[in-house]
Amino acid sequence: MIDRLKFIPARLVQSLPVALGVTLIVFLMAHLLPGNAALALLGERATDASVAALTEQLGLNRPIWEQYFIFLTRLLQGDLGQSLTYQLPVTDLVFQAIPVTMSVLGYALTLALLISIPLAALAAFRPGGARDLGVRTYTLLGQGMPQFWVGIMLILLLGVNLRIFPVGGYGTTMVDHLYFLFLPSLTLAIAMCPTIIRSLRSSMIDVLGSDYVGTAKSKGAYGVALLRDHVLRNAAIPTVSVIGVNLGYLVGGSLVIEQVFALPGLGSLMINAIFARDFPTIQGVTLFVALFVVVVGILTDVVYTMLDPRVDFASKDQT
Amino acid sequence: MMSPAELLNARLQQRRALRSRSIKPWYRNGALMAGIVIVGALVLIAVLAPLLAPYDPIAQDLRNTLASPSAEHWLGTDKFGRDILSRLIWGAQVDLRVGFLAVLIPFVFGSVLGAIAGYFGGWLDTILMRIVDVFFAFPFYVMVIVLVFIFGSGEASIYLAIAAVSWVSYAKIVRGEVLVAKKQDYVTAARLGGMSHGRILVKHIGPNVLSQAIIYGMSDIVMDIMAIVTLGYLGLGIAPPTAEWGSMINDGQEFITTQWQQATIPGLMVVVASLGLSFLGDGLSDLLSPERRK
Repeated sequence: MIDRLKFIPARLVQSLPVALGVTLIVFLMAHLLPGNAALALLGERATDASVAALTEQLGLNRPIWEQYFIFLTRLLQGDLGQSLTYQLPVTDLVFQAIPVTMSVLGYALTLALLISIPLAALAAFRPGGARDLGVRTYTLLGQGMPQFWVGIMLILLLGVNLRIFPVGGYGTTMVDHLYFLFLPSLTLAIAMCPTIIRSLRSSMIDVLGSDYVGTAKSKGAYGVALLRDHVLRNAAIPTVSVIGVNLGYLVGGSLVIEQVFALPGLGSLMINAIFARDFPTIQGVTLFVALFVVVVGILTDVVYTMLDPRVDFASKDQT
Repeated sequence: MMSPAELLNARLQQRRALRSRSIKPWYRNGALMAGIVIVGALVLIAVLAPLLAPYDPIAQDLRNTLASPSAEHWLGTDKFGRDILSRLIWGAQVDLRVGFLAVLIPFVFGSVLGAIAGYFGGWLDTILMRIVDVFFAFPFYVMVIVLVFIFGSGEASIYLAIAAVSWVSYAKIVRGEVLVAKKQDYVTAARLGGMSHGRILVKHIGPNVLSQAIIYGMSDIVMDIMAIVTLGYLGLGIAPPTAEWGSMINDGQEFITTQWQQATIPGLMVVVASLGLSFLGDGLSDLLSPERRK
């Protein structure tokens, strides 16, 4: 096992150019603002002095390569600049918001697996049957629903009509969090499920048709035990990479969902920053989210290797 | 050597594969027809909006706000007394137009870049694919939201933002297809016949690789409609008071306890639109690349 994880350092080195590219794009965003960025941020009624001060603060009066170098150096020191609205370091704001967003993401992933695995199995045991048709209809509809709208519908159904769950806020204790974050996480889970179910269903159909499952069946394995002991692990392998690839899209969705449920996470931080024209904060959140996606890519490869002994990133020089 | 039983099995499989591959006429393709009907109906609603909508979608009637559905206002009125049905119909025009138009730039730009990278390979390909990797790190919504902020409000900046984010998918798809296609015999034959690289790309490879990009384009329209609706919901999209499904959902969320239909129905419209486009995409993929069907 440890042997096979030797690819990690090489994989990290490989991700460096991508991470560097991400910082370059986030850096260049400031220069895409039309005209003088400082003026564009402060609005038309800004005084000359305040424009000059912001120009200085953003470092806009230096040559562009020098600005990027300064940006990188500060970044390595964990300095993303000062928020223009809160007058606090952007890093602090981002780190305050991360636990909320990550809890929703992890919670949602758990819920999504709890929903997807039984549904995919239900569909895969008899492809083309009534249950399969039902599950596939759900995956088709699920992909067509705007995520924030699903959130509002859940609020309507479970929060307002049945009054089971709170419709906003975050709570203070761990139990509170689980309770308060249920609806937002379920919303995100509903968005995740169609992709997971599709992948899991088709790989389960493949695995169920394989010889070793036939052998297991002939030895008397059936139902849940067959699924748990023989099918799931092999069927899960392709799904892991599907989840990894789609996680970026899902992070984006979770930021919008936060806005629906008024959660103090990265999404609310970014949207509020956009309305306040607080550019350093926008940059900070964007950068963090993109780097997170790069890291998830690496983690996906690790999980993949652990699940499937045949995958060996270390020996072959492949991506 | 195959045993007779294996041989028989193989033959049966071959026959089955052949039968499933037999070309159906396009009008017998269920998914395609469902897609054409749904999308066609929505396009018709959008085009005929001036005739179909019973009221002006932005005309306020402050004496009749938040009315319940009635004979005059089938879906009721919103907080400004605007007729919700009329806004829904006019919203189809805005959302579908932006959705369809937004795929054009990334489709052309990404496909051309992907084709060039895949065909010529080498350092060009390496650099382009690294750029694609970098762009893929940015979550779709995050990038679109930030870019719309940077480019300023308005429809043009929405097109630009979506184009800047989604060209990478086309580049990746077309590059992959070209990598396969350029090794085919017909390309070698054309090359030996003295055709230039440009002509081969446009005349021979192009038509063969574009079908995958077109099929992806259908799901991309869905993504773009989601993006516009999401931007509208966040208040960053098409500026009010223009009727747009996303901003209608936002308007309705406030009154979810008293007027559930206000936020619910525009969302259902989005679901119907994406369902139609998904069917259309599935149908097209049957039609354009029958050999890949499962």
